[in-house]
Amino acid sequence: MQQRALGLWGALGTLATLATLAARAPGASAAPDLGLWPLPRSVRLSPRLLRLSPEDFALGLDPASKAGPSCVILQEAFRRYYDYIFGYYQRRRGPARFYTDSPLLQLVVSVVHDSECDAFPSLSSDESYALTVKGPVAVLKANQVWGVLRGLETFSQLVYQDPYGTFTINESSITDSPRFPHRGILIDTSRHYLSIKTILKTLDAMAMNKFNVLHWHIVDDQSFPYQSVTFPQLSNKGSYTPSHVYTPTDVREVIEYARLRGIRVLPEFDSPGHTESWGKGQKGLLTPCYDGERPSGAFGPINPALNSTYDFMSRFFSEVSKVFPDEFIHMGGDEVDPECWETNPDIEKFMRSRGFYKDFKKLESFYIEKVLNIIASQRKKSIVWQEVFDNEDKIQPSTIVQVWKDKDYPEEQARVTAAGHPVLLSAPWYLDYITYGEDWRTYYKVDPLRFSGSQEQKQRVLGGEACLWGEYVDSTNLTPRLWPRASAVGERLWSDEKVKSINDAYNRLTVHRCRMVRRGIAAQPLYVGHCEQEYKM
Amino acid sequence: MAYNKLNVLHWHVVDDPSFPYESLTFPQLTRKGAYNPITHVYTTQDVKDVIEYARLRGIRVLAEFDTPGHTQSWGPGVPGLLTSCYSGSQPSGTFGPVNPILNSTYEFMDTFFLEVSAAFPDFYLHLGGDEVDFTCWKSNPDIQAFMKKTGFGDDFRRLESFYIQELLDIVSTYDKGYVVWQEVFDNKVKIQPDTIVQVWREEVPVPYLKELELITAAGLRALLSAPWYLNRISYGPDWQAAYKVEPLAFEGTAEQKALVIGGEACMWGEYVDSTNLVPRLWPRASAVAERLWSASQVADLDFASSRLARFRCELLRRGVQAEPIGVGYCNEEFDHW
Repeated sequence: MQQRALGLWGALGTLATLATLAARAPGASAAPDLGLWPLPRSVRLSPRLLRLSPEDFALGLDPASKAGPSCVILQEAFRRYYDYIFGYYQRRRGPARFYTDSPLLQLVVSVVHDSECDAFPSLSSDESYALTVKGPVAVLKANQVWGVLRGLETFSQLVYQDPYGTFTINESSITDSPRFPHRGILIDTSRHYLSIKTILKTLDAMAMNKFNVLHWHIVDDQSFPYQSVTFPQLSNKGSYTPSHVYTPTDVREVIEYARLRGIRVLPEFDSPGHTESWGKGQKGLLTPCYDGERPSGAFGPINPALNSTYDFMSRFFSEVSKVFPDEFIHMGGDEVDPECWETNPDIEKFMRSRGFYKDFKKLESFYIEKVLNIIASQRKKSIVWQEVFDNEDKIQPSTIVQVWKDKDYPEEQARVTAAGHPVLLSAPWYLDYITYGEDWRTYYKVDPLRFSGSQEQKQRVLGGEACLWGEYVDSTNLTPRLWPRASAVGERLWSDEKVKSINDAYNRLTVHRCRMVRRGIAAQPLYVGHCEQEYKM
Repeated sequence: MAYNKLNVLHWHVVDDPSFPYESLTFPQLTRKGAYNPITHVYTTQDVKDVIEYARLRGIRVLAEFDTPGHTQSWGPGVPGLLTSCYSGSQPSGTFGPVNPILNSTYEFMDTFFLEVSAAFPDFYLHLGGDEVDFTCWKSNPDIQAFMKKTGFGDDFRRLESFYIQELLDIVSTYDKGYVVWQEVFDNKVKIQPDTIVQVWREEVPVPYLKELELITAAGLRALLSAPWYLNRISYGPDWQAAYKVEPLAFEGTAEQKALVIGGEACMWGEYVDSTNLVPRLWPRASAVAERLWSASQVADLDFASSRLARFRCELLRRGVQAEPIGVGYCNEEFDHW
C-alpha cells in the first residue's frame, strides 16, 4: 500500500472516514449492529456504555470458582479471547489508556458447580451461562467450564470499537443455554484429505458459532487416512499416499484442540458399506464379488459371513475406543449395496445356514448387530445412519439415529422417535449441495421439530449436524463453503425456536461473518457488501 | 490466468453498490461512492500496478465503466448525473440510470472518459450498456418532454440509443475502440462497425448461439460469455458444461465465424470476494480457457478430465488455491505442512 503524504488529502480522507463511521455510530438499539450469533436466550442491553482499554482490561477468575488457575481450558480461553477482542484491531489503534468515568476493568469468571477442567465435553455437558456486564467488573458465571467458553464467545461479540477506536461495550445482562445439546459439523477426510491446519481452523470457526461436535467421517471407499496402531497396513495400503495420513499424534492434537473449545470429536468408521479402502490393507475383510463361478477381482462390502471379520472389528474398535475419548462412536451402516453379496456363493451358503434365504437385509442386520455389540462391549454408545433403523436392525433404545435422507425426513423423525430412539437431523443440512444465491436462508428456516409427535418424541431430537461431504471439497475450498452457511444451522440448533426473523438474522449474520473474517476465517459473503477488514489471503 | 493462457482481464470496476475506482478528475465519485474511501479503493498506483503485472504476463486489461444503467454509486459524487425518478408529480427521492437529456451529462462523460482513456492503455474500453431499466426515465417529466420533442414517442430504446451514440462518439475522439453488452445491439443502437458485442444472455431475446449468428451477420465482432457465468455455482463437476460449449456451433459463413473473436468466463461479485474467489474461479475457468485456445476437435471429456485433474494439482503446486474437480488427491495439498 502506498505511503500517503499527510496534508490536504490526508485530512480530507480522515474527515471522510469519520463522517462515514459517525453515520454508523451505534446507538441504544445496538443489538443488530453487534451481530450476536447465535442469538442468546435472553439479552438485555442498556444504553449505558462502558469503555475497555487493552492495557487495563483483564479476564480473571473468581477465587470461589470451582475451576481455578490450573484450569488449562480457561487459561487458554482467556488468552484466545483477549486476542479476539483486542488483538486484531491493527489499523485503528484506539487510545490504549485513557481517562473515563465508565471503565470496564475486568471480566471475572466463575465456575459454580463441577470444574470438569480435565474432562472431555459430552452430550450431557452443561453449556449454560449468565453474563452481567456492569462497570467496573463484569461477571460471567457458569455451572461448568463449557458454559464459560460459550459465555466468553458472547462477551467477545458484545465488544466493539466506536468511531474513535475506543473499545466499547453496553451495560448488559445475558442468560443463555442451548436449545439442543448436539450441534455438529461433519467433515469427510476420505474423499479428500484435509490438512490438520484446515481441521483446526474448522474447530476455531465452530467455537465462534457455538457448535460442539466434530463428526469426523474419517475413512470411506476412496482412502483410509487413519493410521491404526493395531493394523498399520490399513493406512499403509489404503491412504492416498504416505503423507495423506492422520498419525496418532495428529488425532490427539485434534481431540485436545477440540476439547479446549468444548467440542466433542465423534469418530465415524462407516461399515459394512463404504469400505473399499479397508480391503487394501486387510486382505479377506471385504466380500469378493463373483462373475459366475469365479471371483471377478472386484470387492464389495465387508464380508459378514466370516468369523475373522468380527475378530478384526473387535480388535479395531478396541483401539478406536481408546484413541477417541468420546462416549459415542458412529458406526455408519448406510448405503449397503447387496449386489456383490448376491454373486458370492459362500455368502449364499451362509445365508441358507442362517435361514436368511434371499433376504440380504437380514444379512446386513446380522452384521450391524454384531458390530453394535462389539462397540457396546467397549463401553461406548453408538450412533448410526437411518438405514440401520429403517432395516429394522435390533438396536439399543439409546442408539442415536442420524436422519440424512431428504425425502419426507420429518416423517422419518416421527418414526424414529416413536420407536423410542434419539435422533440427529442432517437431511436438510447437506452443505456440500451448493447452489447459486443465499441458500443459508433455506438452512435457517428448517424446523427440527416440525413433525407430528408427542412432547416425549420431540425431546428425543438431540440436535443435528451440517454435513460437508468431501467429493468436491478439500482444504482449498472447505472454509468458504462451510461458513457462514453452517452458521445458519448453528443458530437454529442453539437459539430459541422463536428466533425466526430472517431479516434480523441477515443483519446479525453479516456482522458475524465480518467478525469471522477478522479472526482469520475465510467465511464467504452472504450478499453484496463489504467488511471493514477484508480477508487477507 | 497466465497458467491457463487467458489473455484479457475484463475489469468490471464499478457498478451500483460501490465505486472503488480512484478518479482524479472527479474525486467525489470515489469519496462518496466507495464502500470506504480509504480502504476500499483502487488508487491510480494500484491500477498501474495491475496493468503492468498483467502486461508482463501478456494479459490485456479491459476496463469496463458500465453506463447508463448500473450507476447508482456514481450518483452521490456527481449530483445531477443520474435521473431523478418521480412518483406522480413529485421526485420520489430515488435515482435511475444516467440522465441522457442533459448537456452536463455529456460534459461529465467527456471529461471522465478522457481520464479513463489515459489510465487504461488498452485500445478497447468496455462501455457496458446492459440492463437499462426504463421505469425511472418514464416517470421523469423532463424526459417525457424530451421524448415528445424528439419524436421518440414511447420508445425508450431510442433514448438509450441516443445516449449510447453520444457516448460512443465521445470515446472515439479519444482513439479508443469499444466493447458493449448485447443489449446495445439488441436495442438497435446505431453503432460503429468496429464495435465488439459481448453476448451474455443465455436464452433472451434468443438463444446465445442465435445471438452470435445475428451479431456476426451484421458484420460485427462478438465475444461469448453467456454459457460461462462461473458465478452461477451448482453441485458437481460443472466445468464439463463449460467445456462442452462450442462457440461456433451456429449457422453462418466462414467470414461470420471469424468474427467471433473469443469469449470470457464471468465471475460476477454478488456472492464473491477474496474469501472464495480463487477456488470458485479455478479450475472451472480452465475449461473455458481450453475451449478458447485449443482446436475445436479437442472435446473428449475423459481426456480433458484426467488432464484437468493433473493440471489442477500443478496449479496448487504453483500456489493457486484451485478447488478439486472430483474425488482424489494431489501430492502437495493446499495448506499442508
